[in-house]
Order: sequence, then structure tokens, then C-alpha cells
Amino acid sequence: MTEELKTPLYDLHVELGAKMVPFAGYSMPVQYPLGIKGEHLHCRDQVGLFDVSHMGQLIIRGANVASALEKLIPVDLEALKPNQQTYAVLTNESGGILDDLIICKWDEETFFLVVNAACKEQDIAHLQSHLKDFEFEILEDQALLAMQGLKAAALMQELAPQACELTFMNGCHSEIDGMPVYITRSGYTGEDGFEISVANAQAEKLARLLLSYKQVEAIGLGARDSLRLEAGLCLYGHDMNTETSPIEASLIWSISKTRRAGGEKEAGFLGSARVLNDIAEGVSRKRVGFLVEGRVPVREGAGIFDADGNQVGEVTSGGFGPSINAPVAMGYVPASLAKADTKLIARVRNKDIPITVAKTPFVPQRYFRG
Amino acid sequence: MSEVRNEIKYLSSHEWARVEADGTVTVGISDHAQDSLGDVVYVEVPEVGSQVNAGEEAGVVESVKAASDIFSPLTGEVVAVNEALEDEPETVNSSPYDDGWFFKVKPADVSELDAALDADAYREVCEDA
Repeated sequence: MTEELKTPLYDLHVELGAKMVPFAGYSMPVQYPLGIKGEHLHCRDQVGLFDVSHMGQLIIRGANVASALEKLIPVDLEALKPNQQTYAVLTNESGGILDDLIICKWDEETFFLVVNAACKEQDIAHLQSHLKDFEFEILEDQALLAMQGLKAAALMQELAPQACELTFMNGCHSEIDGMPVYITRSGYTGEDGFEISVANAQAEKLARLLLSYKQVEAIGLGARDSLRLEAGLCLYGHDMNTETSPIEASLIWSISKTRRAGGEKEAGFLGSARVLNDIAEGVSRKRVGFLVEGRVPVREGAGIFDADGNQVGEVTSGGFGPSINAPVAMGYVPASLAKADTKLIARVRNKDIPITVAKTPFVPQRYFRG
Repeated sequence: MSEVRNEIKYLSSHEWARVEADGTVTVGISDHAQDSLGDVVYVEVPEVGSQVNAGEEAGVVESVKAASDIFSPLTGEVVAVNEALEDEPETVNSSPYDDGWFFKVKPADVSELDAALDADAYREVCEDA
């Protein structure tokens, strides 16, 4: 067994009483003494601090890097403004999803990417194999903290007021208490908030500073999962994988209009034939959200059945949503059953649980769009 | 440190059993179990009148985190279930040995519990966990 990696906040997590679990090769806090439900609710109402340092951060540089990256990512990267970022998928040659990521244009020749921990080595290898003439800087010495929640902006006003002028999915280089940071207005909870890239050597100092505010609680992976699930956001490796096209995953919004049929930069990315065909012809199955009748959590792997008892799909993420105080799930069903309000059945321990296809997010998004 | 009560018996799978004055046996999960599971959101108990068997599945407890089976510490007929858990499953977290009990069994043979762990033996199980 290889030893688990530790983020620069490992000792702090242990000191705070976290339960540490293995996750994507790292030892990570799944919850703190407050508990998943308490942490979840606290993040929505106050401020949650997440250690997401296990995620991969990298910079790719070079002349015309945007157009080179556009061969791998179905987004109009040239159209991004400096310090603007976007959610995107990294497609493979068959139009499946290698990973989902955040890509930020620092300037015309420099892009900053944040990728999933479990995929980072594979992503970097993939990017490097297609972008041989560009300079890669893997930011192994940078930690990443997310500060999310209703009162995150009010707190940021005290720490780096400049960052409060950012709208959702924009970033800036700044300083917090003398520490150089790159702050983006983004996150994966459905709440307003910020992600802060900081040197490993200063990560604990920054985390302790944030935790010194009474409105801030440390939030573990457990609540991170329930928050993103209620926000209707996909988890790579669960809600999509290398077989899934972004259209099946209901991520068409992540594909820039200029990269779709009729756009000025139509296609031209790995797997674009399938992806554009999926848009034009429709898909046979689709990712949807489900509301669940009763209290039984419907979890990943539960079969989905139609009224005649035929299995029509499977739950890919599911659990209990503390904010809506009910179970929530997402999964794949045939396109004909993907309309909101469609009644279906999920089978849990051989019991039939009525579920209803629902619009996501399950809770209102509170992103700050100016 | 989790509370382990002295007067009751335990399974290494973290259920407890308490012999009541009327001869029935109350079953629940330990403080250690509720703490490991985290916030309980749903409890499935056997039906009143059904038969449970020692060491076999008799219910499920679901926390925000995961689902876990509940094993019966003894064989017998279920004579009562804690209906309050339907609306307030979190009682299992706040009061695992009292208000958060799961079901009561009329035992076929109460001496089955002799094989269960006493408090000291159960404390060792928790420490090793």
C-alpha cells in the first residue's frame, strides 16, 4: 500500500478533531466534530472553509495557448477576458469526459487550471501529450482553500476587499494579511464564495486566520458532497466518466455556442463528432435530478425502474440533503423519461421508493453575478 | 470518548441489548456507533409481530454518510418498535441508550445474551476500532 499524501493542512485537520479518510490518494477530513449535517447547514447560512489542496493546480503558457487548448476543451477560451474562468469538460477522442475542470485565463498566453485530485496525473499527461510546445508549471507548492456561504463575501470584505468586486467566475491576484494569493469567485456548493490559491508554506496561517472568525467552520468531504449534490453539480467518476458524453451528462451549458454546430469555431475538439451529433440528434439517456418520497436515502448504484418494473436507469449520486431536509439523488434515465415531474421507482434493499424527476439545482444558487 | 453503559450487553457490530423488568429485551445502537455513523436521517426497524434471529439483519440505520445494517442480538418476536424515530431519527444521535432505542423483543431464550459482550469487552472493541 502506498502511503497517503497529506495536504499542508493535515495537522490542522487532526487538531480540529476531523475524521480523516483516504480520498484520491490523500488523507482528507470527511467531517469535523460538528458533523456532516451541521457543517452543511452552517456553510449555507454562514461561512464554510474547505481544504481542496488535493486538487491539481497548473499553469499552461505559450503563444496562442488558447487556440491550442480549444482542441481539447469545448469552450471559447479566446473569448474569455483576462482573469475570467469557466467550468469545462476535458473530452476524449470518443467524446467521453476525461475530467471536469476550471480553466482561468490569466492573460492571452497564460491559463490556470484546477482539476480533480483523482484525475490530475492523467489530465496532465493528456494535456502535455497534446500541447508539446507549451510550458507547463504544476503548482505542487500551492494549496487551495475554498470559502463558501451566505456570509463569505462579508468576510472577504475584511480580508481582501478587492475580491468582493469580482463577479462569479472571475479572479484576481491579491494579498490576505501579507500573503500573496490568487482569489476566484467560485466554488462547488451552489453558494456565493471564493477559492483561494496560496503557497503551501502559508496555507495553515491563512486557514487559521479564516477560522479565527466566529462565522467560519471547517467543512469536510461529507458536507462538500451533500452541498454539491443539492446544488445539482456533477461529481466526476460518479455522475460522469470516460463513456459519458457531456450532452448525456446534461452539461451542454458548458459547451460554448461558438463551438457548436453553426458557430464560428464549430467542432475542432477531441470527440467533437459525437458531441455535436449528440446535440443534433439528441441522446438516448440523460442525467437528471430526483426528488425522493419519504425519508429513505437513495444512494449511488440504486436501480431506477418504470411503472411496469423494467429497469430504466441507475442512480449515480444520492444521499440526504440537509437543506431541503429530504433525500436527493441524480442519475441516468432514457431521454423519454427525463422530463421534470416524471414518476419513477428507485429500488433500495428490495423496496420500491417512489422518485420524481426534478429540475436541478434542488436549492437556489446564490452565485454573485453583479 | 463514547459512553459505554455497564448494565447492558453489546455485539461487536455495535448493537446493545438491555433486559427489562418485564422480561422483554430492548435493542439499540451504541454511542460509539451513532458517533461513527454521524447524523442519522432514517431508521428501518422490523415490524411488530415479526421474528428476529440472533446475529441476523433486523433493520437498517441510514446516516447522511451511509447505510448500515442492524443485527439482532437475540432471537425472538418483536413486540414494540420505536415509532418516534420515524419523525425524529436524530434521536439515535442524541440519546442512543434511552430515547433512541430501535425495537423490543420477547426473547425465545434470554440466555442467548450470555454470549454477547459485556461493557469491558465492548470497550476494547471500541478502542481497537
